[in-house]
Amino acid sequence: MSVLAHVIEAAGISTVVLASMRPVVEKMRPPRSLYCEFPLGRPLGIPGDAEFQHRVLTEAFSLLDTTADHGPIIRDFDEVVESDEQPVECALPPRFDPNLPACVDEARGLRNAYDRAVAKRRHTDVGRAVDADTVPEVLAAFHRIASGDDWTTVAIPGKNTVAVMHDVRAYYEEAALELVGTAGARSLEAWFFEATEAGKTTLAARQAIKDGGGPFPFWFYMAPGHR
Amino acid sequence: MNGDQAMREMGKNLPVPTFDGTAWASAPRLRDATVAIVTSAAIHRAHDDRFSAGDTGYRMIPSDAHDLVMGHWSPNFDHTGFQIDLNVVFPIDRLHELAADKVIGRVAPRHYSFAGNQPDDVSAIRLDSGPAVAAELKRDGVDVVLLTPV
Repeated sequence: MSVLAHVIEAAGISTVVLASMRPVVEKMRPPRSLYCEFPLGRPLGIPGDAEFQHRVLTEAFSLLDTTADHGPIIRDFDEVVESDEQPVECALPPRFDPNLPACVDEARGLRNAYDRAVAKRRHTDVGRAVDADTVPEVLAAFHRIASGDDWTTVAIPGKNTVAVMHDVRAYYEEAALELVGTAGARSLEAWFFEATEAGKTTLAARQAIKDGGGPFPFWFYMAPGHR
Repeated sequence: MNGDQAMREMGKNLPVPTFDGTAWASAPRLRDATVAIVTSAAIHRAHDDRFSAGDTGYRMIPSDAHDLVMGHWSPNFDHTGFQIDLNVVFPIDRLHELAADKVIGRVAPRHYSFAGNQPDDVSAIRLDSGPAVAAELKRDGVDVVLLTPV
């Protein structure tokens, strides 16, 4: 972001960065920054709260209205918004087919909620590497790896574990948002990795790939770094 | 340590490019200004080419587009806020409200999205795709750019 601020300002256009990491703007010195200590991924602070978002914009644009003739200017927004790391309360489907791995059964059980979410939003974040139909197959592959199969012998649909996990999480999170309406930052991440069979299976497969000598980017980015 | 704290701790030691100086362009009065959004959230229209890992390019987002998806590769930040309300990343509805209230002059017709996860030297954005977007913004008469990260 700060690089683009330098580049765009050098072209003669005034810029304001909504900064999410203060040390980065302190080092990179873009012309104008409003440091907002909000959940990463939510630079305007609170989804669905137009009044709060307008407060952030008013403060950001006020950095343009000064007599200053040089930067950098860094100001702190006066309110902190924190993530919510408690798993969201979201019902999971009951076991339907005991012959399937629990994570596969679960993913299939969430399909109706996912479909309703897509119908409402009219598009989906799923589809980088696999589509929604393939999500249960991905989880079946992770289940095999987590259960002891050599990861190099298991065909993972979509191949790229990072891209595949983007799709699996988007599938679960879009379904969950349809069921719960809204959620604090990271509370669906906590729900996915701590409450769902898919999340637990993913973490177990990730550990198995790591233990099996898999390349760092292949397993590490399957989940947030702190997990 | 929670996820955001872990990322912000990492950010303290993140290798960043340095600049000899800080460019400065004086803005017109906000009520006369054309305002655009440039984001590093790697959002894009659903039918656009997806961002590849290490993508140094950009995607253009028309002012009236709401069919936006999250194309960022990092699992280390919250993606759900954007799914709930795209304005929490890309405050396009807020800008339209500010224009209607005559707080800003007008909303630019085109906005731009990059992927924040870049090679450490970010030379492509610095020398290639960044200046290309700056030229497009100039073409649209943009006076002010709001930059939003994730």
